Amino acid sequence: MVSEHSDATDGDTTALALKILVAGGFGVGKTTLVGAVSEIRPLRTEEMLSEAGRLVDDTDGIDRKVTTTVAMDFGRITIRSGLSLYLFGTPGQDRFWFLWDELSQGALGAVVLADTRRLADCFPAVDYFEHRRIPFVVAVNCFKGARRYDAQDVLRALDLDRGTPVVLCDARDRDSGKEVLIRLVEYAGRMHTARLLDSVR
Amino acid sequence: MTDDTTGGGRERPGSRWYDNEAGPLVRPYAMTGGRTRPGPTGVRFDLIALVARAPDAPGTDDTVLGPEHRTLIDLCRTETQSVAELAADADLPVGVVRVLLGDLVELGSVTVSRPVPPAQLPDERILREVIDGLRAL
Repeated sequence: MVSEHSDATDGDTTALALKILVAGGFGVGKTTLVGAVSEIRPLRTEEMLSEAGRLVDDTDGIDRKVTTTVAMDFGRITIRSGLSLYLFGTPGQDRFWFLWDELSQGALGAVVLADTRRLADCFPAVDYFEHRRIPFVVAVNCFKGARRYDAQDVLRALDLDRGTPVVLCDARDRDSGKEVLIRLVEYAGRMHTARLLDSVR
Repeated sequence: MTDDTTGGGRERPGSRWYDNEAGPLVRPYAMTGGRTRPGPTGVRFDLIALVARAPDAPGTDDTVLGPEHRTLIDLCRTETQSVAELAADADLPVGVVRVLLGDLVELGSVTVSRPVPPAQLPDERILREVIDGLRAL
């Protein structure tokens, strides 16, 4: 039953949700990472899109409406009552950039998952977040059998801005995933403070 | 079937549920009476906007609400839910859920929180809390 007012539970009025994106190439383990740290089994939302042909580089040149369903996997971590963290796996294909725009609105930051065997797959995500000045960390998913590189090598190979954290991780492992998120939140906090200082200068 | 594509979705309401071009797009939006945007409020709810049953919600008027509306109300009855969770649990596309939530907000059945504005991070205390919370998991 609904009471007149729920001011008693003061958590409700200040409920805060934070959003973190998990990006990277196809098959790099985005959903695996979301699933490893989420308290709920990863859920899937679908966005129906009806886009004019502009975003599709089809070869037959027909300018017609194209409908697509894009699925986004997401998970949740409740920090406390009234404060939760939502993780969204971004759609893999580049032509859904406009969905990324929506996802990244108000996002705390992003995790770019990388596979050292296919490092180029994460370039678009790195570019995207760099250009929009969204704080991100690169998490190298250490696949079995892949040659190990240290974080410095990856930092150089990706030509990342100085200070961008690179973390080696196992996307299947909860503790490893937690560590990635902690590094991201710490970094996002530092970036934010630095920008505030810049703005008063 | 005609292959008139010029009208797109802006046909007379109810005149065509099937559109050769759009295919299955039309079906989910049948639940919204063909609308693809929330009503007069016009706000596009963020995926993590939080939806709560309004504390002083009026009685549910069955003639106005469709079964999907009621599903959404039921889902956030016990606990505040994000738009993304509602879409997943109700098994509806996010776009449809946004429209239905617009209706429910107008009717005063639910409240939807505004998410953190872009480029505005929560204060350091909150971030500290998140980090500590993650460590404690």
